[in-house]
Amino acid sequence: MARVLLFGALSDLAGWREKTLEANSVGDLRRQLAAGDAALGGALDGPGVQVAVDQTIVRHDAALTADSEVAFLPPMSGG
Amino acid sequence: MIRLTDTEFDPGILLGDFCRGRTETGAVASFVGLARAEGGSAAVLELDAYPGFTEAQIARHVTAAQTRFDLQDVLIVHRTGAITPGQPIVFVATAAPHRRAAFEACDFLMDYLKSRAPFWKKETGPDGARWIEPRPQDLTDLARWETP
Repeated sequence: MARVLLFGALSDLAGWREKTLEANSVGDLRRQLAAGDAALGGALDGPGVQVAVDQTIVRHDAALTADSEVAFLPPMSGG
Repeated sequence: MIRLTDTEFDPGILLGDFCRGRTETGAVASFVGLARAEGGSAAVLELDAYPGFTEAQIARHVTAAQTRFDLQDVLIVHRTGAITPGQPIVFVATAAPHRRAAFEACDFLMDYLKSRAPFWKKETGPDGARWIEPRPQDLTDLARWETP
């Protein structure tokens, strides 16, 4: 089971911050999220959205293991 | 040292503590970012972070600053949660034997924090809420440090 985390505008759009889903890759996870919520699916493909698996930035099609933590990170802005 | 906090901090106390007991530091530079009211359009700013990941990403950039500049120490304190106008959002202090490295490293770290550090910032005012992304100027500022 992957623990999925959304940040910033993505979590506002989806209406949740954290969810647990069964998925074997980031691509699989994105398809499931898009199937359940087309607006979220579009936003996950939006410009500047990065994906971190277990707190490391990965390619959008990276494989997942059991207990992976997957975070979708929209464009960042601090300070 | 890198610290995230969801409560208001006093930059004066942080700077005083950072300077204390340094007998080999010739220069400390600091920067304080404050939340703006934007003429009343921003009543509250909410800062979201990814605990663990956010500190680790900032730490990588502190290491880059230490490689690039002759630094002795760095302190970064960054707010999360709800911030009202006038409250400090970020504090950066750098210590170096000489002033140029301290100034430049502080500038370098702030340019990174504005547009690349894992924070997400939402401004809420009378007209509703909006997520803030880096301005073109922030990206231009960051590009100054990229080696050709």
